[in-house]
Amino acid sequence: MELIIFLITAAVAITGAVAMLLSPNAIHSAIFLLINFVAISVLYVLLYAPFLFAIQLIVYAGAIIVLFLFVVMLLGAERAEDTRERFAWQRPLGLTLAAILLGLIGYIALRGPTSGATVADQQFAAPERIAEALFTTYLLPFEITAFLLLAAIVGVVVLHMSNHAGSGG
Amino acid sequence: MVPTSYYILLSALLFTLGVVGVITRRNALVLFMSVELMLNSANLALVTFAMARQDVAGQIVVFFVIVVAAAEVAVGLALLVAIFRTKHTTDVDEINALKG
Repeated sequence: MELIIFLITAAVAITGAVAMLLSPNAIHSAIFLLINFVAISVLYVLLYAPFLFAIQLIVYAGAIIVLFLFVVMLLGAERAEDTRERFAWQRPLGLTLAAILLGLIGYIALRGPTSGATVADQQFAAPERIAEALFTTYLLPFEITAFLLLAAIVGVVVLHMSNHAGSGG
Repeated sequence: MVPTSYYILLSALLFTLGVVGVITRRNALVLFMSVELMLNSANLALVTFAMARQDVAGQIVVFFVIVVAAAEVAVGLALLVAIFRTKHTTDVDEINALKG
């Protein structure tokens, strides 16, 4: 049963990713990416990670996709991109290199254990356990992320302000 | 139970698709989406290993990765908007001068 859910979700995730790459319209790409993110959040449930399931939906499927859609519509960048190739060898070479990369990672993945891990404690990553680790062992990194987010906010505001100063506004 | 290697294979496949996107697409917004796809596939691998080892540390790392990704997207998209105001394009082949 679990395997069936995994296979369906994996198919949805891969389809979303491929459709994102192939669709010429950036808005469609963002929507297909949303499908991919939701599929991955379902996989998190299968992996006993309820906290990350919620975070994935709120931050990725919610905030990041909305930001992408907003910027795509703001810039009017949804039109099809120029398909002329500047370097004729670029695309075949890129696909070849990507296939080699997939082969390498896949080979290493298949060397690992092929049996499923036996989950002794299904609650090992309950939100309480994550909070406990986050506010004791990982307290310093947690505080540093606060500074990172503050730096991001200041950076975005400064980028916007310097832009106004440059255009004389 | 789903074997751990299935999840790792799916993660590898999604990562490769992200790499293909970064290499072949030229719309800067789609490049950003491909980078997000790669971050997500790495997160999937981390959560898989966290489950296999019954260790919550892997999920904490994923939490931090998501925070950094959110900050990265905010700054990256602000940069794109700033570039668009001077260059009027999001095609990365057209953005080839350091001075706007």
